[in-house]
Amino acid sequence: MRENNMKIEFDSVSENEGFARVAVAAFASNLNPTLEEIEDIKTAVSEAVTNAIIHGYPYSVEKIWLEASIREQTLFLQVKDNGCGIENIAKAMEPMYTTRPDLERSGMGFAFMEAFMDDIHIESQVNHGTTVFMKKTICGGEEQE
Amino acid sequence: MEEIVKLEGDVLWIQVPRELDHHNCGAIREAADQMLLQHPVREVLFDFAGTEFMDSSGIGVIVGRYKNIKCFGGMVSAIHLNERIRKIFLLSGLTKMITIYEQEA
Repeated sequence: MRENNMKIEFDSVSENEGFARVAVAAFASNLNPTLEEIEDIKTAVSEAVTNAIIHGYPYSVEKIWLEASIREQTLFLQVKDNGCGIENIAKAMEPMYTTRPDLERSGMGFAFMEAFMDDIHIESQVNHGTTVFMKKTICGGEEQE
Repeated sequence: MEEIVKLEGDVLWIQVPRELDHHNCGAIREAADQMLLQHPVREVLFDFAGTEFMDSSGIGVIVGRYKNIKCFGGMVSAIHLNERIRKIFLLSGLTKMITIYEQEA
């Protein structure tokens, strides 16, 4: 069985949004994804990491943990912060809902994660942090000629 | 430094960077709003010719400019969308709010 795992810890600064999505894209490249699949993954990672930076740690720079695993053709992702947590997860996941209109957030972050990944699941505890779990099965390679 | 915004007549042209995420949307917002305050602008045009990546932060910047210019009777438009950016636009409903110019191949 194909298996591979990685974990990165980085600071909650916005420069790391680009770093995180490129790191996951590189890790997932072993699955031979299509360009579209890679872009889907990059967008989902970007959304989750941006959420951790903006909402998880609104007042200070703290740590974010990004874990990725490959099992056969499926990529599993975890983005974790020890920040302020989400009071109402169902509300947070509603498209267009945002707690930060002052930052011109569109409220589409979770909707994008749902749209671009096969499955998303959130665990959160107020004042303890949030973990976003996502997975996507990569079919890509078959499209090669 | 490369220019991100440029006034051409009453059109405010915005060169969207290679990657439009939360990290770099602040610079666009500030540059655009400064121009909107100083000049009579009829249209804000986002040019995605050099853009490969955009997430929901980009939606926020575009909708934000739309809200700012709408009260003066202006419009927001976009050009040179690649397939990926187009998908993001469709998914977010942006296509209903702003004009998309179809360029010739």
